Amino acid sequence: MTGDGAAVVDAVEAVAERIEDERAHLTELDSAIGDADHGGNMARGWAAAAEAARDLDDPDPQTVCKTVGKTLMAEVGGASGPLFGGSLVFASAELDDGIDAESAVAFAETYLEKVEDRGDARVGDQTVVDALTPAVHTFKKSVETDELPPLEALAKAVDAAERGVAFTVPIRAKKGRASYLGWRSVGHQDPGATSALYILEELLAVAADALDAEIPDVDATSPTIPDEAAEDDSAAAEDD
Amino acid sequence: MVGLAVVSHSERAAEGIVEVAAEMAGDTRIEPVGGDGQGGIGTVPDAIGDAIDAADDGEGVVVLVDLGSAVMNADVAVELSDAEAVIADAPVLEGAVNAAVAATDPSATLDSVREQAEAARGMEKL
Repeated sequence: MTGDGAAVVDAVEAVAERIEDERAHLTELDSAIGDADHGGNMARGWAAAAEAARDLDDPDPQTVCKTVGKTLMAEVGGASGPLFGGSLVFASAELDDGIDAESAVAFAETYLEKVEDRGDARVGDQTVVDALTPAVHTFKKSVETDELPPLEALAKAVDAAERGVAFTVPIRAKKGRASYLGWRSVGHQDPGATSALYILEELLAVAADALDAEIPDVDATSPTIPDEAAEDDSAAAEDD
Repeated sequence: MVGLAVVSHSERAAEGIVEVAAEMAGDTRIEPVGGDGQGGIGTVPDAIGDAIDAADDGEGVVVLVDLGSAVMNADVAVELSDAEAVIADAPVLEGAVNAAVAATDPSATLDSVREQAEAARGMEKL
């Protein structure tokens, strides 16, 4: 458990660093369709969150998530506070017994549900939901149906999120500041969805590092069929 | 009596709206809150929570909000608050004026004040 907590702190630090690196890019995306504060708000929030996480004494994953979520809510000053941070506090309830494949799926689903509820947004509204939904669905399917190793499932989720971010470009914003632009929001990549992708990419990198493994090269859209093939083989064997 | 909290992205806008609403508000407690806490535009749940607490005398607080993150952050603050607080789905200034007037009614309740605030949605100006 302690090891998991330390890995989660590492992940928060990696996210803070990444968001700081991408700050100008996120602000540029947000200045095209919003109020140009996403990069600055997220960078400030995650820097404070990383500091708060570092200050925790030997925390479990749930405590790290709660602390980070509360810090984001207090520091961000925009919609990303309740969406990224508030949902984290809420979903941390799924981590009572630490992180394993099962609790990670529950955490991801609860997080997405809270973001949808709080933002009153659905897929296709040109929001963070467009990145999170394919990521969470792909992760759940990879773990529960395909029974892939968690790291591979997470890699698939990241690939799915990347496709979700690309999906925000040719659609019209229905929520957030960009929705005030109407059709002029078409052709722009959503900053919040982009941030979610960066966060997931850093989670994957830190998870691979913690497991001392390479990041699996996967494609979210490729079906997983080896189990079916194995079942076919055994079925064929029974027929014989 | 039912209190009010006015939440805006701009602290000055919140204060200005309270200034306008207070003209009609009698003894009603109306608390302005806004800004990102560092002098910029935005909203912060903790600050909204403090405003709700300051407006509450035990009979609840109707929260008026402007846009987007103000709604979400107010939603978080309402969830975390010990006070009985509700967000009015109303235009922030007109809703605040309506609610301020409604709150001075001796038989006002949290629901009646919110309803009056929300009645401002249909207000025609021309």
